[in-house]
Amino acid sequence: MNLTLKVWRQNGPDDAGRMVTYKVEDVSPDMSFLEMLDVLNERLILEGDDPIAFDHDCREGICGMCGMVINGVAHGEQRATTTCQLHMRHFEDGATVTIEPWRAAPFPVVKDLVVDRSAFDRIIQAGGFVSVPAGSAPDAHSVPVRKEDADAAFDAATCIGCGACVAACPNGSASLFTAAKITHLSLLPQGQPERLSRAKAMVDQMDAEGFGGCTNTGECTAVCPKGIPLETIARMNADYLKANAK
Amino acid sequence: MNYTEGPEIRDTKAPAGPIEERWEKRKFSAKLVNPANKRKLTVIVVGTGLAGGSAAATLGELGYNVKSFCYQDTPRRAHSIAAQGGINAAKNYRGDGDSIYRLFYDTVKGGDFRARESNVYRLAQVSVNIIDQAVAQGVPFAREYGGLLDTRSFGGAQVSRTFYARGQTGQQLLLGAYQALERQIAAGTVTMHTRHEMLDLIVADGRARGIIVRDMVTGEIERHLADAVVLATGGYGNVFFLSTNAKGCNTTAIWRAHERGAYFANPCYTQIHPTCIPVSGEYQSKLTLMSESLRNDGRVWVPLRKNDTRAPGDIPEDERDYYLERIYPAFGNLVPRDIASRAAKNVCDEGRGVGPGGLGVYLDFRDAINRLGRDAVEKKYGNLFEMYERITGENPYEVPMRIYPAVHYTMGGLWVDYDLQSTIPGLFVIGEANFSDHGANRLGASALMQGLADGYFVLPTTLGDYLAAGPFGDVDDAAIAEAEIKVRSKIERLLSVNGTRTPDSFHRELGKLMWDYCGMERTEESLRKALERIPELRAEFWQNVKVSGTAEELNQVLERAGRVADFFDLAELMCLDALVRTESCGGHFRAESQDADGEALRDDENFAHVSAWEWGDNGPILHKETLEYEYVKMTQRSYK
Repeated sequence: MNLTLKVWRQNGPDDAGRMVTYKVEDVSPDMSFLEMLDVLNERLILEGDDPIAFDHDCREGICGMCGMVINGVAHGEQRATTTCQLHMRHFEDGATVTIEPWRAAPFPVVKDLVVDRSAFDRIIQAGGFVSVPAGSAPDAHSVPVRKEDADAAFDAATCIGCGACVAACPNGSASLFTAAKITHLSLLPQGQPERLSRAKAMVDQMDAEGFGGCTNTGECTAVCPKGIPLETIARMNADYLKANAK
Repeated sequence: MNYTEGPEIRDTKAPAGPIEERWEKRKFSAKLVNPANKRKLTVIVVGTGLAGGSAAATLGELGYNVKSFCYQDTPRRAHSIAAQGGINAAKNYRGDGDSIYRLFYDTVKGGDFRARESNVYRLAQVSVNIIDQAVAQGVPFAREYGGLLDTRSFGGAQVSRTFYARGQTGQQLLLGAYQALERQIAAGTVTMHTRHEMLDLIVADGRARGIIVRDMVTGEIERHLADAVVLATGGYGNVFFLSTNAKGCNTTAIWRAHERGAYFANPCYTQIHPTCIPVSGEYQSKLTLMSESLRNDGRVWVPLRKNDTRAPGDIPEDERDYYLERIYPAFGNLVPRDIASRAAKNVCDEGRGVGPGGLGVYLDFRDAINRLGRDAVEKKYGNLFEMYERITGENPYEVPMRIYPAVHYTMGGLWVDYDLQSTIPGLFVIGEANFSDHGANRLGASALMQGLADGYFVLPTTLGDYLAAGPFGDVDDAAIAEAEIKVRSKIERLLSVNGTRTPDSFHRELGKLMWDYCGMERTEESLRKALERIPELRAEFWQNVKVSGTAEELNQVLERAGRVADFFDLAELMCLDALVRTESCGGHFRAESQDADGEALRDDENFAHVSAWEWGDNGPILHKETLEYEYVKMTQRSYK
């Protein structure tokens, strides 16, 4: 396959950035999207050019490190797929593909397609945990959990923290990420004692980081590689309201 | 490559006496640090996977000053997150005869009698607490309808002791540790340094006192000092280039510690995982593992005839060879990883492999779908099937998956004693980065167990004992400066070569060489070839590598070049270790050492020891630690 790539290049946070066009040839349909970029980068290095910086690590769709906007869609058009699991067989020979970083004020560009997502960590720091010290936990069977609850908690817990939800949201909201974590813990008995304080602290932190509000557009869940459902946001809002009513 | 033999390692610090009491004894004898003094002590933890994340969180919670480092953008991304199958624990919730002793027994046997009994017993003991801890944190393990925890069975065991969270157990356990870590960051006990890479260890007055790191965004070289250093930097399987490891996994941290005096134990023990998606082309950057749990219901087979190119559905039942079930009737498709991997290699070598290049075997769910229904199979393995389809473009509900063995986990690592301390005082090594618990082969669902056992339960006790003798005073300036100069000059050297080959092209070539000559099967001849070729390739690397950009920016080419440089040195030691060990055991299969049935032939008389290599200016120095089996009698492993 032959492709024309239009890639966002930006030297650092203070650089204005620009789109640069590259031609790639001999792309195999079995390549992953990142492997296609690897091939281009090998060429750029040998030509003495700066290769395209992008984040990636596990390349198995689970670490959440990779992420780029491909043809205007976070992680590309294939649903429920991270960029590393997107394969070139889904593109047409001769196509032009645009590649951009996540764009949101709380995710400043570090270089090219690499962005700083540390705001997510600070949302977790605000309360995205159960306060339990190591070494003193009761026997695991002492608190039964309904299978339905455990499964629903798991569905929310599968969030990989990639940030596609933020990149896709017209408001730049981090609601789906924050709601996934709040939902995961609020559905389990272990999460109950801190349930409301957690919701309040995490939502307040999300706002403080500069993420936008949620207007139920649903773009977040449409691009989420793990299919985190929109209803988690309703759960988050319900807990947040209760917390503030207290 | 020349090596010499040094004195034997005699003391591993494990207490004597009945094995059930050793850990209790050690805990009681460990000195305590009072809370006011803990605040004055600083600990560096490098790596934020299951071992490093849980250790940093626990040490922070205990009141120490912790500095945590990782190369990713956040500590939630370490490669522990990709572990799919599960975590073992001797809970005996099923009443199927499991016990701490049985988990201990299975692990020692599964490791082909090349692990330490004391360490393994402790691992089995602590496994029970890990599940309690994770559940209390809110890890959403699979549950039965009665609300209790579900378990499943795994390779190498006949009891059901593996706890799991669909096919994402590693992710859920890591997020549990990450959340505990973020809680401590918020509490101010842990400071987090993301996008930082450790490039050297500072040793002063014979103790590990700090590290030199590079800020991967600005390129700044920083020095960080502490009273103790903990390495939790994972395994080195990426020396093979193609492996199931994350792209960033590397050996730099442990290799630099090795150069500074930490012994490197059993480097040749590489676990080849039997169920990976086969290689599809030259450009491929990594291999993807399909959870071993698939072998619970999937059946492994190849055509009976050689070069049979019919579609799998067109091959009638009596022309299929379910070779694992045939050769190993007791364990069948659930034989341990080393056995299953080699069996797959053998049938492919016979010309009965399937798929492009004949390097694949079928993992077939047809019978499971007929027996349980498609829905039930989808519930259990849905996400894995989806992942397979995404990568290969084939639907595994309709055609059997194709799998082939791939490099997965490295059982070797820095040598540590019972306290998890390396041969450099004050340098502790946990998780996959150390060598201690798995022997020559790791059973499934035990890596997560070891990482968390070390981080949550073992290290916090043993490190306290070491720190009770501290603080250790100011760090000698000369030692810091020397380490920093070494780091800077290596970076400058890499940037100044300006040759015609990329770091990746060297890495690929080294990896291919390692797979061909030091992979699933090694011979004296292949290893000697590798030992001849590696130094040549390394020399070419230092003369002809091209690293673009500068040191003062985010430079991923520079990062890779530095790691590849260390892989060369490690590869050489791996081959030497493999050459010296003229027996077959676990993940180390020397073709010269096999029985009449082609099974691995151990040589307990000459090799019931750990090979711990010391860095020497005139070549490596081999120290042996004799392994004594007081409880599990060394026998030929048989899964028939």
